[in-house]
Amino acid sequence: MTSPNDRQPPFPHDTAPFTMPAETAERISAYGTQGGGPESTATPVLEARDISKYFGRVIALEHVSLSVRPGEVNCLLGDNGAGKSTLIKTLSGVHPPDSGSLLMDGQSVVLGSPRDALDRGIATVYQDLAVLPLMSISRNFFVGSEPTTGFGPFKQFDVARAGKIATDQMLEIGIQVRDPGQLVGTLSGGERQTLAIARAEYFGARVLILDEPTSALGVKEAAIVLRHVIRARAKGLGVIFITHNVQHALPVGDRFTILSHGRLAGEFVRGQVGQDELLRLMGGGEELAELAAELDKLMHADARTIEEVAVSAEAVPTSPDAPVTEVEAGELPPPGP
Amino acid sequence: MTAATTTAEGERLRRVSPLRLFFSRPESGAIAGAVIVFLIFGVLSALRGDIGKGFLSIQGAASYLEVTAQVGILGAAVSLLMIAGEFDLSVGSMIGAAGLLLGLLIVQWGVPPTIAIILTFAFALAVGAFNGWLRIKTGLPSFLVTLGMLLILRGAGIGFTRAITSQTIVSGITDKTAGDPIVQLFTAKVTIAGGDFKIILLWWVAAVVVATWVLTRTRFGNWIFSVGGSEQAARYVGVPVNRVRIILFMTTAGSACLLAVIQVLSFGSADVLRGTNKEFEAIITAVVGGTLLTGGYGSALGSAFGAFILGTTQLGINFVGINSDWYQVVLGTILLLAVLVNTYLLRRASGAR
Repeated sequence: MTSPNDRQPPFPHDTAPFTMPAETAERISAYGTQGGGPESTATPVLEARDISKYFGRVIALEHVSLSVRPGEVNCLLGDNGAGKSTLIKTLSGVHPPDSGSLLMDGQSVVLGSPRDALDRGIATVYQDLAVLPLMSISRNFFVGSEPTTGFGPFKQFDVARAGKIATDQMLEIGIQVRDPGQLVGTLSGGERQTLAIARAEYFGARVLILDEPTSALGVKEAAIVLRHVIRARAKGLGVIFITHNVQHALPVGDRFTILSHGRLAGEFVRGQVGQDELLRLMGGGEELAELAAELDKLMHADARTIEEVAVSAEAVPTSPDAPVTEVEAGELPPPGP
Repeated sequence: MTAATTTAEGERLRRVSPLRLFFSRPESGAIAGAVIVFLIFGVLSALRGDIGKGFLSIQGAASYLEVTAQVGILGAAVSLLMIAGEFDLSVGSMIGAAGLLLGLLIVQWGVPPTIAIILTFAFALAVGAFNGWLRIKTGLPSFLVTLGMLLILRGAGIGFTRAITSQTIVSGITDKTAGDPIVQLFTAKVTIAGGDFKIILLWWVAAVVVATWVLTRTRFGNWIFSVGGSEQAARYVGVPVNRVRIILFMTTAGSACLLAVIQVLSFGSADVLRGTNKEFEAIITAVVGGTLLTGGYGSALGSAFGAFILGTTQLGINFVGINSDWYQVVLGTILLLAVLVNTYLLRRASGAR
């Protein structure tokens, strides 16, 4: 199932700064029809066809299809429990699907294990499991794929080479490392995710699956990660970017796949949908609209008794289209007398 | 957490002093502790006028190094296992059980010593592999799995030995092993400047060197850290998690067996109660040596210094005339202090605030 020949050599690194190719951007926005991507003629590097997965009586996934082409970011959106995790675990060799098939470059493949998927160039970066905080940067970089020197019983982990490569690779993604023996715990959340992305690129990944890489991060940190998503795309990797944050998906996605309750709820290309439509399809739209209506009611009730609050109530968005999430607890009016 | 420690701008990297770098290593607390404990007993002995005798003599050094080596052999193996996030509480009763088996094989059944030693190791490694297998198959914490094995080995040791010899001690082993060159590997000693240094010291040094080499310089060592750091993360990057665990449980059982073989062949007798509480001493050795109780971080070299702290304390207390009843109080205090210091050092090394 695993042959060393499947292994791609590390990517020659593209040192030119990434600029969004203008004609690509135009082509993307000009594209109107559903199902077409920026390079819809290219064969998907990874494709899931009609995947179903059941855990006992629970339907985790049913008839879900997803594909990603080289140099494309496919954002997999869905609320918690929509089946995103199950789908990516199927794509990364953790769970075999109960029905449906996986294809790489148009060829049917069976992924026997996470290692098998890795050897075929499918690298998955999990939100919490991207790195091991108590291990050094160079150990993290090479865990599971350690370079060795020597032979027989004296074959050893090539610490010097691992440290050198890890330092160089970290520098390339903009993180200056004083000591490759430094624990990863000293890096920020965004830097940890980028380390995992850099590692995947270094080991010749062709498909990068990112599981909620930004959801535990602050705005600045998330931006660091998103920048590296775009870099990976520019290098020709197919990226599957899982998130439930539409704001993070919209700027980087070429294609959007929405899961809801284990089923495909929609598939769009860039420019075809807006934030509200995505939110609605994810199944959170109605709840947010309801919340906005409730808040609105609360504001008006209080506005009748407290005059000053009426001013701030106007600043609070009342339509479901407005970014309701920006309403903070502190801005709510005090309870009436 | 903020991005303050390392960012893209080079000028934001602080220069760090060598002392700070030293204390970012897991074994640094144990090294400092070993020096402090040695100085305390040294000064106390000197105040008693014990220059050249007791704690401050060559024979004294040979004594506390022997105790150090005994717990250190276990500690080196147990620290690797604990870094992988597992416990082995059965090492103590394995010392008793393996010793009895060796004694019975040699005395009761007349097996040649070399064959008996090989069979004893085979038994211990099989029990270790079974511990690992049970841990993996049941998914139960190894603390419980090996607690069960602790009771089974201790009980079976008593039961079988009493049934066969109507005693719980097998003696008269020396008569059968005298002059055997293989036995010499476990019992030899050399007198240097009036101190009797036993070959167990070499076994201990070898165990620490091999464990440290494996941990820091081999792929397997990297796998040990990753399994202890996060089983799931390790599995996803292709680390053979179960193989790592089974090998480590075999290693701890093997280290207990090595200690049992050395003791039985040196003392000429096997006692089922030998090794009682050694499982805890081994864990203390590893923890004092900077190994994190929850796994993922630690040092085999640190366990050597942890063992040295235990060994010098145990004998030092006698040498300076403190009633040995107080040994456990001192040991408990050292353990608590070591955990506090090591937690503090780890927090600094991992950048948490």
